[in-house]
Amino acid sequence: MSLWEYANPVKFLRLSERVQPWLWWGSGVCLVVGLIWGFFFTPDDFRQGSTVKIIYLHVPSALMAINAWFMMLVASLIWIVRRHHVSALAARAAAPVGIVMTLIALFTGAIWGQPMWGTWWAWDPRLTSFLILFLFYLGYVALWEAIEDPDTAADLTSILCLVGTVFAVLSRYAVLFWNQGLHQGASLSLDKEENVADVFYFPLLVCIAGFVLLFLALVLYRTGTEIRVRRTRALMARETRGAGLRAEEA
Amino acid sequence: MELTVTDLAVGRGGVPVLAGVTFVLGPGRALVLRGPNGSGKTTLLRTVAGLQLPMAGTVAGADDRIAYAAHADGLKAALTVAENLRFWASVFGQSDIAPALAAFDLEDLVDRPAGRLSAGQKRRLGLARLMVTGRDVWVLDEPTVSLDAASVALFAEAVKGHLARGGSALMATHIDLGIEAETLDVSGFRAAAAEMDAADEAFL
Amino acid sequence: MRALFFRDLALALRAGGGFGLGLAFFLIVVVLVPFSVGPQSALLTQIAPGVLWLGALLACLLSLDRLLAVDWEDGALDLLATSPLPLEGIVAVKAAAHWVTTGLPLVLAAPVLGVLLNLAPSGYGVLVLSLALGTPALSMIGAFGAALTVGIKRGGLLLSLLVLPLYVPTLIFGAEAARRAAEGLDSGTPLLLLAGITLAVLAAMPFAAGAVLRVNLR
Repeated sequence: MSLWEYANPVKFLRLSERVQPWLWWGSGVCLVVGLIWGFFFTPDDFRQGSTVKIIYLHVPSALMAINAWFMMLVASLIWIVRRHHVSALAARAAAPVGIVMTLIALFTGAIWGQPMWGTWWAWDPRLTSFLILFLFYLGYVALWEAIEDPDTAADLTSILCLVGTVFAVLSRYAVLFWNQGLHQGASLSLDKEENVADVFYFPLLVCIAGFVLLFLALVLYRTGTEIRVRRTRALMARETRGAGLRAEEA
Repeated sequence: MELTVTDLAVGRGGVPVLAGVTFVLGPGRALVLRGPNGSGKTTLLRTVAGLQLPMAGTVAGADDRIAYAAHADGLKAALTVAENLRFWASVFGQSDIAPALAAFDLEDLVDRPAGRLSAGQKRRLGLARLMVTGRDVWVLDEPTVSLDAASVALFAEAVKGHLARGGSALMATHIDLGIEAETLDVSGFRAAAAEMDAADEAFL
Repeated sequence: MRALFFRDLALALRAGGGFGLGLAFFLIVVVLVPFSVGPQSALLTQIAPGVLWLGALLACLLSLDRLLAVDWEDGALDLLATSPLPLEGIVAVKAAAHWVTTGLPLVLAAPVLGVLLNLAPSGYGVLVLSLALGTPALSMIGAFGAALTVGIKRGGLLLSLLVLPLYVPTLIFGAEAARRAAEGLDSGTPLLLLAGITLAVLAAMPFAAGAVLRVNLR
């Protein structure tokens, strides 16, 4: 029994349908518990007041924005090396989820930043890196949409994902370098490891778990949809071929 | 050296079109592919030329020996006839373009930009390119499109000369060139429904 | 390979090749900047390095969608792919020709346009140097983008969307070097990082572009 057996779309679908309810419920429970706990049962921060509570949306979504890209990278590598269709489709399915996570992170960041820094947007290295990540996501999705042949699209987007990863990491360091002369980045961003006390930390962990489960559920759901689209395509192709053959015989 | 195609399956967009294609093309021989439009002649030729991967089977003896010519001639309108030919000659490590010009009656046009040639003249220039590649297997997809009778005769002569020099030619054409050639009707190799389904099998 | 390089140069130089178009575009962008931000020379001096870099980058982008598309449409790319030249080499050579016909003129024109933007005197040398170091990377990354979108009809816009994020590190280090020099600071570090990125791109990108082109030719 090898893990690669689930590279078969039908088997994958069967497993994914069994797992999905657990993921949906798990993420729902975690998010409800984590957010209520975080919003209503934690004290206000002595410096930031209640605005700090947006951390329960901001940090998990930012984490998932990066992890979604990382998942796409792994899935792309699997497609390039082993050519399992499910892998390529999962990468495709994860991209829009990653985009939404990036957007949530950017917007909650802006909402958090406004009262704290007095501005909606600053060219802080972390913010800028996320904006660049957002652009990479856009390009990736646009390339998928632009190419008709699914295997060609999978090949091209996989290579784009690899190259994009290298350049995204490069951009991250370039941005750090670029910003030194303008701001002190550290004073703007709240370093969670140092600043977050335990009272905030545990509900945050629950929220992160909720976002991870939600991401998994969304990706499995969307991958299932992609697989069904391909299946429909294959069935329709068989149908037209069958019709053609029958017409010839007649 | 022979070009040996064994049990070859070729496909378009991941769907098999032809399967089980087998033939041997020896030096000095020509093979004409026949079949209705859309029967997979172009796909087969592209696969033999190495432009796409076979879905199954092997093509042996094709490495660095194929000169491929398709519907598009790859001519640059801004370059003259001689410049176009000389470019392809040097890409293939050759230098002499005079025989090719002579064979396709292009000597009077050498300094004319390719953009100002007629369709038939362009086609002749595209075919003359084959002679400057120095390759011994010509793979031709509808080589006589837009050629008049005299030009077709020129082309037939060029192919005969090529075969006489020990070259070989694999071509898809509907015209009888008056060349001694075997024919292969590709419609006999059409991929069966079962093979077609195998392509998307995982999703069914 | 050499034949391909010189053919591309000849094509760019002759009518319809678009040689000089990038240069004209660069000029127009630079001329439009004072109209949009105002003619104050102090402000122009401050933004000149960045504007010149951005203008050069956009001018580079302009001709990319024809880099491989022309050869794709007239069938030459198929014929080149069956020739003894490796696809990686073909892409690299075409990127080199693109740089000579687009990037190099931009590098040479930048100081002249710097005058228009009232660039600080200390900035000229490093501006030219940084452009000379950075534009080859722009051409090579662009060739990768062109290889990705070669089979797509009207792929020009998509090409920009794919390529521009990849230009970020080059732009940051290049413009930073020029800016620091213009302000009289040391620009050695960004120049070295810029050169490093360009060398890495020139070494690795032809393989990515070749792989992508092979997929597209299938």
